[in-house]
Amino acid sequence: MARLVVLGGGVAGHTAATFAADWLGKEHEVVVVTPNAKWNWIPSNIWVGVGEMTKEDVTFDLAPVYEKAGITYKQAKAVSINPEGSAGSDKPFVTIEYTGQGKTGQSEEVSYDYLINATGPKLNFGATPGLGEGSQLGEHTVSVCTADHAEHAAHELEKVMEKMRKGQRQKILIGTGHGMCTCQGAAFEYIFNVEHEIRKAGLRDMADIKWIANEAFMGDFGMGGLHMKVGGYVVSSRIFTESLFAERGVDYIVGAHVNKVEKGKVSYELLDGSFGEEEFDFSMLIPPFAGVGLKAYNKAGEDITDTVFAPNGFMKVDADYTPKPYEEWKASDWPRTYQNPTYKNMFAAGIAFAPPHIISKPAKSPNGTVINPTPPRTGMPSGIIGKAVAASICDLIKKGSDAHLHEASMAEMGAACVASAGKGWLDGQAAAMTVYPVVPDYEKYPGTGRDTDYTFGEIGLAGHWIKHILHYLFIYKAKLKPFWKVIPE
Amino acid sequence: MAVKEEEFNFAKNDKFNTAMIPGKWARMMRTCKLWQFIRFIIINIKMIIVVGKSHGH
Repeated sequence: MARLVVLGGGVAGHTAATFAADWLGKEHEVVVVTPNAKWNWIPSNIWVGVGEMTKEDVTFDLAPVYEKAGITYKQAKAVSINPEGSAGSDKPFVTIEYTGQGKTGQSEEVSYDYLINATGPKLNFGATPGLGEGSQLGEHTVSVCTADHAEHAAHELEKVMEKMRKGQRQKILIGTGHGMCTCQGAAFEYIFNVEHEIRKAGLRDMADIKWIANEAFMGDFGMGGLHMKVGGYVVSSRIFTESLFAERGVDYIVGAHVNKVEKGKVSYELLDGSFGEEEFDFSMLIPPFAGVGLKAYNKAGEDITDTVFAPNGFMKVDADYTPKPYEEWKASDWPRTYQNPTYKNMFAAGIAFAPPHIISKPAKSPNGTVINPTPPRTGMPSGIIGKAVAASICDLIKKGSDAHLHEASMAEMGAACVASAGKGWLDGQAAAMTVYPVVPDYEKYPGTGRDTDYTFGEIGLAGHWIKHILHYLFIYKAKLKPFWKVIPE
Repeated sequence: MAVKEEEFNFAKNDKFNTAMIPGKWARMMRTCKLWQFIRFIIINIKMIIVVGKSHGH
């Protein structure tokens, strides 16, 4: 009997664990270690953040789902990995610290035959002074990264809307809180939901809404932008995005590294080396992501964290990490199997794997400050990678160590993104986009790096309906309801 | 003569002045239920193809 331990219960970890448990059956054990008691459909946190959904609408308890799937569930956070075992045993293990199940604070060593690191990111609020401490959100801004954060954001938004009702003009600032953030898409969706709610309340004239982001240009989205088919044209996402902002009267600052947050004010540096300040009454700034800080030790107990993890804390996999200039970046730099090169029974999935480099063009201000988005690897890519990694491990267990590993390169994988404003079925519109592939491949698609037949975007009710359907469909799938396996990632 | 809705934002900001802003027809089609139902089908088909191309390596 083999034991697979999955660290993390988000999109990648939950997908990997549930498929692995199904494919392996009762002959083998799947263990999930996650500090959270609930699963969260994060894309819908945006609706929680404007008060259109509750926390309960976007979360559910993990314990009964894992019990049904025959998965051993440990509500705990992983602290360290010993991939060579210890002095007394060759069996690799992870050290975990419980956060629930009546064992809070207790440590335990969980041995494994195979390990999937799908811990997701540490929300690194502490990287920007005033944005927060460590992974804790500060007091000056709000966030929609977790359901709790989003609920808090909705309360704060209601307060500024109340002030608008009393005739007080309010400044709203939404975007990224550091020069190296990812997930611009979440902030993008949130700003248009906030704008929609304020407009719906008849208060649009009382709000100055502004976007601030680390993207070098509008529509970069951490993917270096994209060229999409719109209305018979192939256009840059820059034109698509600027059009949306102009239509809604939302001003913007791009190429900005927010370097300080104070009560009602952010300070920032721009790519041209200039500095500025922006005041606000309400601000939602996405923090940068980092690895969760897992340590690794060898058999002798020596620290080998640098061997297993990249400096940003994400796990090294089968990517080409050789430093090279932007002009030499290739699609083949990106990992295919997500297997750790040193310890072949360890894999990483979702945000937890270390990308070989960013996707956007690297950019620095004349002062040497790095201001560029880091690669997005949430949602659909996370799910697909999680499933591929689970399939590889199941084959390794069932067919032996020579089994072919499944592949899921982000340079051969698309992503669907639906940024919806509004909540009602007929009240709202969405920008629906697909990009294929996520990482541009200029050898295969010499023009734009992507297949423009499948990289497209449009705005309308249709995308809004898709967003609704995705919400219910993915929560249904994650709960392992009948036919959950036929719903694609 | 009153400023048309789609032209109102151009004057607000230099950045808006050089952007493409949808006119009345484009806005109407975005909320036209029949047209959007057709788009819904087409977008879904495209997304399913993208999902299919992303799996199975």
